[in-house]
Formats: sequence, structure tokens, C-alpha cells
Amino acid sequence: MKMLKEKLPILLFILLLAACWELGTLVFDIPPYIIPRLSDVFAAIGHHAALLGKHFALTLWEALLGLAFSVLFGVLSAIWIESSSLARKTIYPLIVASQTIPIIALSPIMVMWFGYEMGSKVAVVILFTFFPIAVNTADGFRTADREIGELLRSMGAGKVQLFLKWKIPSALPSFFTGFKMAAAISVGGATLGEWLGGESGLGVYTKRAANMLRGDDVFAGVLLLSLMGVALFVAAQFIERLVLGRRQA
Amino acid sequence: MAGVNGQQVGVAPPREAGISGSAGLCVQGLTYRFDGEEPLFEGLNLEVPKGQFVSIVAASGMGKTTLFRLLAGLLQPESGTITAAGTGPEQQAPSGRRIIGYMPQRDCLMPWRTVLDNAAIGLELAGVSKREARRRVLELLPELGLAGTEAKYPHELSGGMRQRVSFLRSLLAGGELLLLDEPFSALDAMTRVSMQQWLLQVWEKHRKTILFITHDIDEALLLSDQVLVAASRPITKLEPLDVVLPRPRTYETTLDERFVHLKRQLLRQLGRISSGEGGVS
Repeated sequence: MKMLKEKLPILLFILLLAACWELGTLVFDIPPYIIPRLSDVFAAIGHHAALLGKHFALTLWEALLGLAFSVLFGVLSAIWIESSSLARKTIYPLIVASQTIPIIALSPIMVMWFGYEMGSKVAVVILFTFFPIAVNTADGFRTADREIGELLRSMGAGKVQLFLKWKIPSALPSFFTGFKMAAAISVGGATLGEWLGGESGLGVYTKRAANMLRGDDVFAGVLLLSLMGVALFVAAQFIERLVLGRRQA
Repeated sequence: MAGVNGQQVGVAPPREAGISGSAGLCVQGLTYRFDGEEPLFEGLNLEVPKGQFVSIVAASGMGKTTLFRLLAGLLQPESGTITAAGTGPEQQAPSGRRIIGYMPQRDCLMPWRTVLDNAAIGLELAGVSKREARRRVLELLPELGLAGTEAKYPHELSGGMRQRVSFLRSLLAGGELLLLDEPFSALDAMTRVSMQQWLLQVWEKHRKTILFITHDIDEALLLSDQVLVAASRPITKLEPLDVVLPRPRTYETTLDERFVHLKRQLLRQLGRISSGEGGVS
């Protein structure tokens, strides 16, 4: 009940926007290849439900796989940066500087390296999502409360114990900040990967539909992609709440 | 006494050699300085008898907290020995560091742990099973006025309650020696008074050796058997003042004529020092 009250404004707002879309396209007589009517978009989804479901599953799988690799590589890099001062002085600035490289320009290289199959899509997702996870986790380790660490040392904690009982729990909130960001942008990475060349996936679907000037089908794909992004973010938030529990105010 | 976990400079003596039978903490010839600075301590000797409550009163900037970090083994002295009694062999760190109960100024409770698990961390680090550690914490919660808080997180507690948990954590950290670094300085005046009474009660029951740092003269006199005044910078000696007031004490004690007399004496000691050395405000 409380949850509903909390979410009611955004639900109503979305309904209002949907109504404006539907009525606006009618009233102003906008051609369907510019902006199709919302009801036509839903009809397009219904019409190609089975096909869209297949593309949706593939894109979701690419995003999830890339996200999983990013968590693995990102956390490992953060641990490396945290445990070696040399790595902190060399690897960390390099990771930050790498963000000045336009990922979109870099993405075709992934196709050259990993081909037109799954590999290149997952690689592009990793390009998009590695950074927020690695940097946020590394910052989480670095900003762990020093006094707590000293206190544990005064009670005889060794290096491993300090890491397990102090560094990791301290870094968890930062890690989840990065993880949520990564979850939200992973769909964008997967879509871009598909655009660069591929057989299926929602990115391919929207691109084909656009080439055929089928506005309703383009919007159907885009709508599903954004729903996927929202769903991944909400799922990440759910995991965060599960892990962090009541620890934060 | 099960054994002595001391840190000795020079040849390793027999286990009990560095410390007299009745000392809870023994510091000999302690010298320490930060790199490229004047020494903070030079040839400092300090002995806290076992089971006594001793306070150090000094102006800020005298290196009180540095002294505590040295005693806690977080810093290594340039020279001198520090020996703490009563650390059982089962509670010794693998590195051979002293295990003492250090209670920092800020409560430093871990926000990701409940009261129960915050208090149990010392036992956990000493290799006691989680279940046993929790059992021992639960046993002590009521007498520390923390009954029913075991499942709470630190942010759900008041400042005074957090300090109680922090104290319990140091009490269970192992070792007979507790180092309390201005634990009540961040609390409001009312809470501070009630925490002082609380500490008196708890200490009179457990009788651990306590070294307490404060800049509050009333607090030092009310709680301690002996007050040590940091005389000069660098600190070469600490001037003792025996607090001959009967126990158990309550906050009423501060209104006692003898208390006022001792306070005057302590103020004179501090005043003489500041006019004599000019370095202390």
C-alpha cells in the first residue's frame, strides 16, 4: 500500500505522457514514419510478439553476460588497485584516462577482434560498463574509514582479515552505485554492438525497421529496449537492498 | 595471569621479565617523534598498576593520541619498551602484537554490523567461533545497559549508546588493559555525566586496568585512582596525583570537599606547568 502511494505519481505521469502521445499524433496528424501512434506501437508489439521475444531474449542475454564480465574484471581491477600502490599509480589513472576515448569509435574494433557473433556484443557491453564498476569499487576501498581499520589492527587483525572484515564491507555501497549505473547502460552497449553488425537482437530489429521506414516497429523495439534497461536497473537495486539490508539509514 | 604479551627491545627475556607482578601496563624509556620533528616523548616511564583506573590530563597537541597509538601497537617507538599484562596466549595476535582494548574518541562502530556483531569483533578476530562470541556479548549487554539493542544498527542508536557498544567492544577485545581516548568528549554535557556514572559502575564490577585520556579535569578526578599530568613538551615524565576518594563514587562525589581540594591541587599543577614552560595554554 505504502509502495503504491510512493509510486503513484510516476505511474500517473507516465499515463499522462502516453495520452499526450496518442492524442498529439492524432490531433496534429503526424505521419507514422515520424512518430507513430502509441496504440500502433503496441499493436506492432502484439503483432510481432514472438519475433520480438526472441530478439529481446538475445539482447538481454548479451547485456547480462557483459555485465557479469564487467563485475568480475571491475572488482578484480579494484582489488588490484587497492592492494598495490604501483597499480594505484599506474592502472587507476589509465582507467580514468581511458574514458576520454569515445567508446562508440572504439566499438568497431571489437567487431574486428571478436567477429559478428556474440563475442563482439558482449565486448562492447564490457566497454560501456567496466568503468563505473571498477572506479566506484576502487573508490569504495580507498575511502574506507581508516580509524576502523586501525581499531581492528589494534585487536590483532591481519591483512586478510582487514580486507574481509573492513575493506569489502566498506566498499559495498560504492560498488552498488557503480553496478546500478552499469546495469542501466548495459542495454545501450548491447544495442550498439548489434548495430555494428549482427543477425539478431533488438538493435538489429530497430535498425532494419528504420531502413524500411516502419516507425511503429522502430518504436516498438525502442520501447522494449528502454523497458529492459529499467528492469535491469530495478533488479540491480533489488540485489543492493538484499545485500546491504538495513545497514543504511 | 596467563602470560605477558610484551614487545621487548634487545634479547628476548623470559616472559615475565619486563613487568613487575602488579603492573597492568609498563612503559620504559619511550621515545618517539614524527619524521623530522621534535620528539613528542623522550625517555618516558609510565606504570599503571593492575586493576587501577589512571587518567592522563594534558593540553591538546601534546601527543596524547600518539601515545595511545604507541601503546596500542599501531606505531612503533623509536626506543623503549611497552609491556601490557594479562593478555592470554589464546588472545595473542599471530604477529605477536599486543592485544589491548582500544576505545577511540569516535565510536568507530562498523555501520554494516549490528550491535551484537560490532561488540563481538574482537573475539571474532581472536578466533572465537561466531556463535560463542555472540553468546558472550549477549551475556554482557544487560549489565552495560544495552539490553534489547543486539539487533540494532549503529545509526539507530544515540551517541551515548554507541559509546557503550564501543566500550563493550574494547572490553571484549582481550587483554586486561583498556585504553580509552577521550571517549565522552563528543557527547553533550547531560549524556556525559550519565556515561561517567555508567563507566564507574561497569568498571567497579570488572576492575580492568584502564588508562583514560581526557582534558576534562572533573572527569579525570571523578573516575580515576591516579591522575597523570603531562608536564612539558617533549613529555619526559608524567606527574602523578593520587585521587584519595572512597569508592564507589557517584556524581555527588564532585561536590565533596576533598574533591574540590584535589581539583584545586590539579589546577595548580597544570597552572604551574603552563606558567613555567609557557608552551601549554
